Amino acid sequence: MGDLYDNQRAMRQMRKAAMQRGVVAILDVGTSKIACLVLRFDGPEQFRSVDGVGSLAGQSQFRVIGAATTRSRGVRFGEIDAMQETERAIRTAVQAAQKMANVRVDHVIACLSGARPRSYGLDGSLNVAGGIVTEQDISQVMASCDVPDYGADREVLHAQPVNFALDHRSGLADPRGQIGNKLTTDMHMLTVDATALQNLFYCIKRCDLELAGLASSAYVSGMSSLVEDEQELGAACIDLGGGSTGISVFMKKHMIYADSVRMGGDHVTSDISMGLQIPAPTAERIKTFYGGVVATGMDDREMIEIGGDTGDWEHDRRTVSRAELIGIMRPRVEEILEEVRARLDAAGFEHLPSQQIVLTGGGSQIPGLDGLASKILGQQVRLGRPLRVQGLPQAAIGPAFSSAVGLTLFAANPQDEWWDFEIPADRYPARSLKRAVKWFKDNW
Amino acid sequence: MRSLIRRPVADTGPRDPAPSKLGYRYQRLMLTPGFRAAVRIGVPLILIASIAGSWYSKPENRAALAATIAETKQSFQQRPQFMVQSMNIAGGDLASMAEVAVHLPSEFPVSSFDLDLEKIRADIEALDPIKSASVRVGQAGVLEVRLIPRVPVALWRDGATLQLIDADGVISGTIAARAERLDLPLIAGDGAEEALSEALALFATSGPLLERVRGLVRMGERRWDMVLDRDQRILLPAEGPVAALDRVIALNDAQDMLSRDVAVVDMRNAERPTLRMNEEAAAALRRVSTTINNGAGN
Repeated sequence: MGDLYDNQRAMRQMRKAAMQRGVVAILDVGTSKIACLVLRFDGPEQFRSVDGVGSLAGQSQFRVIGAATTRSRGVRFGEIDAMQETERAIRTAVQAAQKMANVRVDHVIACLSGARPRSYGLDGSLNVAGGIVTEQDISQVMASCDVPDYGADREVLHAQPVNFALDHRSGLADPRGQIGNKLTTDMHMLTVDATALQNLFYCIKRCDLELAGLASSAYVSGMSSLVEDEQELGAACIDLGGGSTGISVFMKKHMIYADSVRMGGDHVTSDISMGLQIPAPTAERIKTFYGGVVATGMDDREMIEIGGDTGDWEHDRRTVSRAELIGIMRPRVEEILEEVRARLDAAGFEHLPSQQIVLTGGGSQIPGLDGLASKILGQQVRLGRPLRVQGLPQAAIGPAFSSAVGLTLFAANPQDEWWDFEIPADRYPARSLKRAVKWFKDNW
Repeated sequence: MRSLIRRPVADTGPRDPAPSKLGYRYQRLMLTPGFRAAVRIGVPLILIASIAGSWYSKPENRAALAATIAETKQSFQQRPQFMVQSMNIAGGDLASMAEVAVHLPSEFPVSSFDLDLEKIRADIEALDPIKSASVRVGQAGVLEVRLIPRVPVALWRDGATLQLIDADGVISGTIAARAERLDLPLIAGDGAEEALSEALALFATSGPLLERVRGLVRMGERRWDMVLDRDQRILLPAEGPVAALDRVIALNDAQDMLSRDVAVVDMRNAERPTLRMNEEAAAALRRVSTTINNGAGN
């Protein structure tokens, strides 16, 4: 297991280096847009010695000094499809953000929305040798988790211990130093397609940047748009993106499930484009200006010019009523929400004590979506916006930026993952000895 | 049919201006603080240095530069504000003034930058008759020299020459005859100048004897002999000569000793002051005492 996480450990080291430099970039590679934020870590709590989250949920450490978005190219379903195009788009966003920040960034923390995430719940148990739980015991119990065969072409993106139990006491956040016989842990592991990760790695490397962290966009948008009690009591965050819709379920401030539906706002746009016979940019414009999901009598009378430049007068002067537009959009949005419902049902969301659902992402701005969603997903639905972080420009505070904002929180206070704990002692010496022997062989 | 007029290609979809890889790298390079500082400071510095260096490497340029500097310096130093027009020596006698004048510039006007006042002062103070001097360029371009001459307190006879000696024991001049400075006491002998203060104390003590004192002679570089007229000598001890002299004066007052026919008063041994008489006096004393003795014997 140990070697699997070398990449993640290397990224954590890189993140520490970036924190010391004080400047780190956030890159949200989405299907419809690529957002880049430049963070400067210079707040008063930068050199805090105590553990835990600092004041203002750890946000007082940093501020946003550069922000840029650009139209995404070469990304489909949240996965990189045409690498050269995506690389150019990333370069555009990073350059603009650097220009605004007037500082050079070398480290970037990225998130990706697609790549077919799959959640696993793991559990492991261990008989505590000395009676008192030590850090070694925790790493051992995590190493003892029964890892399913998730396939050779997949990578672990998140592996977070969600719960610890010592003998009959469950729900421990930190069992270190407690006395007991049997330590058990529950872990949530999220795997994604390895190729999608590699493509993202490669694109970022081609831009002369170092990857200092990776996160699932569903997870980080949940971190930014769910309020604290929702995260504590149980809630699902639905991130309606361009090419994919991310689902993350939170409970006790841990993500316990994540998934993504490979449908999003771009599909609505393409439906409009096909249904009205208009180019995709026009369809996108009409969707954002006049779109909706609940038709009223007024909408029959509101005519929208859909235009065209073929030179044919009849063709170029077409109009469509808003009711028609809603008629095209609603089935697709319903389909997406039905699919989300199916995923949540499969995950057992109805067993959670609180079944709050928060809609965020660019797609959540469709007027009347909350009404439609409450019919499909349940009564407790609200529209979520990312929380405010210092220095974020006005243009970047909308729900479309919830994963970018969540990524800033992730950069400031990452949750402990499997690879942040100590390596179990029984594994450690052999590896380091091997490494030392290799070093001697290489150098003498 | 193709149109004859070339139309601009209609752009399909939004344009996506992306920076070229080179442009992106250039921007990142220019945002690197070290590189930026190097470009902002280093490049102009190198440019200026190379231009100046290439200009300076030609000998004629170097010569022209040196000439310009010298000329500018000259013209600045020769401005009338800095010129010294005359000099004024005060506080010395004529002889010492003549000596001092040798060390002062002979031609006026002269620029004050060309005068090394420190050196002039050191030269003047090195002269025998001058104790200290102050040299400054005063108002209206006058070189003012203030002299404080050495004040001789005694004459020191060294063989045939008579030298003036001041309180510090420094010889400040020579005179031809004793008659020139009758006011000064005379001392003689090797090492006399080192015990000058003692000699002056003796002279001050000698009060009633002063008009009879001819001088003090240092004997063996450790003690004094006071020489009076009529070839009388008072031999003083090395320690406490003043007290010994006081005793002699007291004896003189009581017994009128020194007006008698005494050649030497030896005070070297305080326990036992000794008198030596002249030969005639001794002979006369012997004769008298013989007569007395004879008479007594008769």
